Amino acid sequence: MIELDSVTRSFQVGDQWVRALRGVSVTIATGEFVSIMGPSGSGKSTLLNLLGLLDRPDSGLYRIDGLDVTALTEAEAARVRREKIGFVFQFFHLVPRLSAADNVALPMMLAGVQPAERRERVVRLLADVGLTQRASHLPAQLSGGQLQRVAIARAMSMNPSLLLADEPTGNLDRSTGREVLALLEELNRRGTTLIVVTHDQEIGARAGRRIAMEDGHVVADSCPSGARP
Amino acid sequence: MTPRDTFSLAWGSLAYQPGRTLLIALAMSIGVASVVVLTALGEGARRYVLDQFASLGTGLLIVIPGRAETSGGAPGVLSGQTSRDLTLADADAVARLRDVARVAPLNVGVAQVSRGGLSREAVLLGSTAGLLEIRHMHLIQGHYLPAGPNDQATPVCVLGERIRAELFGQANALGEWVRIGDRRFRVIGVLATQGQQMGFDSDETVAIPVAAAQQLFNTVSLFRILVEARGRDAVAAVKEDLLALLKVRHENDADVTVITQDAVLATFDRIFTALTLAVSGIAAISLGVAGVLIMNVMLVSVAQRRSEIGLLKALGATAAQVRGLFLAEAGLIAALGAAVGLLLGLAASFVLGRLYPVLPITPPPWAMAAAVTTALVAALLFAWLPARKAARLDAAQALARR
Repeated sequence: MIELDSVTRSFQVGDQWVRALRGVSVTIATGEFVSIMGPSGSGKSTLLNLLGLLDRPDSGLYRIDGLDVTALTEAEAARVRREKIGFVFQFFHLVPRLSAADNVALPMMLAGVQPAERRERVVRLLADVGLTQRASHLPAQLSGGQLQRVAIARAMSMNPSLLLADEPTGNLDRSTGREVLALLEELNRRGTTLIVVTHDQEIGARAGRRIAMEDGHVVADSCPSGARP
Repeated sequence: MTPRDTFSLAWGSLAYQPGRTLLIALAMSIGVASVVVLTALGEGARRYVLDQFASLGTGLLIVIPGRAETSGGAPGVLSGQTSRDLTLADADAVARLRDVARVAPLNVGVAQVSRGGLSREAVLLGSTAGLLEIRHMHLIQGHYLPAGPNDQATPVCVLGERIRAELFGQANALGEWVRIGDRRFRVIGVLATQGQQMGFDSDETVAIPVAAAQQLFNTVSLFRILVEARGRDAVAAVKEDLLALLKVRHENDADVTVITQDAVLATFDRIFTALTLAVSGIAAISLGVAGVLIMNVMLVSVAQRRSEIGLLKALGATAAQVRGLFLAEAGLIAALGAAVGLLLGLAASFVLGRLYPVLPITPPPWAMAAAVTTALVAALLFAWLPARKAARLDAAQALARR
C-alpha cells in the first residue's frame, strides 16, 4: 500500500526554480500494475525517484504500508529500499566488471545475505528470467534484452513488494521489449506492485491503471485511488 | 554487508583498472621503501659509531687537565697546559685506586722519524705498557713498551705498520735503530694494522715511553690519562674516586675533567637516533604525497563511477557502505604498495649492506612497522574526502539519463 498526499518537489536549475511536482496525491494498492505517462518535464521521473526513496518531497506525506518514510534517516531509507523496493532502469545499470550472477547477487551482498544462500537464490532468480546459461557472462557479452532480464532478476533478488521501472523497454527493440514487459507482468501477477514510467502507449495501455501527468499534476487517473480492489 | 564482501567488491574494482592501481601502489611503495632504506642507513650509521666506541672499551675514562666550568672554553684540550699540570705522579696515584684495571698516561706530539736517508713525520705517542690493552691494539712483531716505572726514559719505540713499511720496506725493523727528533730509539715492536679508529690512525703512530716523550717535548705535563675501570659497572665509582683523588693532589682544586665512554656513547646514541628520525620523517613526507595522489585518483574515480554509486544506493547501500567501499579500495592499494615497498626497501638495504660492509645496515622492525602504518593511515585519511563525496552523492541525479 502506497499513499502520497499533496506531495511537492522543486529544484533549482540555474537561477530558476522548477516546480516538478505541485501537490500530487495518489494511493496505490498492493499488487496493482500502474503506468505513469506524460511528456518530458511533467514530473514523472521525479515522482518515481520519490516513490523509490531516492529523493525526498519538500512537503506532503509519503507512506509505505502505513509507515511515514519522509522522516526516515538516510540509513533507514536505504534499508527500506533494500527490503521493499526493486528498481529497473532504461539503461540497465549493470556493473560492467561483475558477471550476470554477481550483478544479481549485489543487493543480497549489501543486505548481508550469506554467500551460500546468495548462490542458491541467484540460481533460482536467473532461472526465473531464463538466463541460467548466462550466469557467468559479463554484461558486455549479453544482448539488450538479456541485460534487462538480469536487471529484473537483480531487482527481485530481495523479493520486494514494490517494483519501479523507468522506461524498462526504452532501450530495446519492440519484440524484446514485449518479452521484458511480459516478464514484468508475470512478476506483477505473483503479487508485486508494479509501477512503470513510460512514453510507450502500448505499455501504458496494458497497465491495469494509467496515471497521466502534466506540469507536476496528475491530470488523469483511469482508476482513482480506492476504487480498485 | 560483511567486511569480506566489502573487500572483494573493492578488490574487483581495483583489478578492473590494473594500470591505475599499480601506478598508485608504486607511488606508495616508493614512499615505504625510502622510509625503510633511510632508517636502515641511519641505524647503520648509529650502530657503526657505537661499535667504534665500544671497540675502545666501554670501561674507559679519560682524564683531561683543566675544567670546562672554570675556563669557559675547551678545557686545555689543545695544549694540555693549565695552572696545575697533570703529572706522571698523578697517573701512578690513579693506578692505585680501587677498581682501576689499567692506566696509561699519554703525551701526544708530532716528530720527525728517520732511518738512514728516509724520514717522515709521525704522530708520537708517549705512554706506557697499558696503552696497548686500553686501546685494544695488537702487535705483529716484538713487544710493546716495557712495563716498569713510568719515569724511565728507555730509548725504545713501537712502530705503526705504515711507518715501518715506509722506513724499512721489506727489511727487518725489529732491533734496528730509528732517529726520533734528536734521539735514537731501538725498534722493539710493530703494531698490527688496524686502520682508522675514531679519527685516529694507529698505523701512522710511533709509541715511546712517556718519560722519553716528555724529555723530547720538554714538558712534565700529561696530555691525558686513560683509565680503564674493571667493567662497565665500576665506571661511575671510579670517576668519583678519580675526581676526589686528583682534587686532593691538586691542592684541593678540582681542576681536571673526566670523560666517561658511557657519556660519550649516550650522546652519540641520542644524536644518531634524532638524525634517523629526522631523515625517516622526511621520507614519510613522500607517503603523504602518495596519499594526495590516492585522493586525486579516487576523486576522478568517484566522478567516473557516479552511476555505479547511484545504482548501489538504489539497491539499498547506505552512505556508510559506499564510504566503506571506497576506503577499502584505498586501504587495499596502500597495503599492496606497502608490501611491495617493504620488499623493495629490504632488497635495497641488502644491496647497500653488500656495497658498504662496514655499515651494519639492517632496517629496524619499528621503522618497517611505522612505514606501513603511515602508508595505511595516509591512504585512509586522504581517501576520506573522495569516499565522503561518493557517500553523499545524490543517487537520483547519478542515475538520471544523460
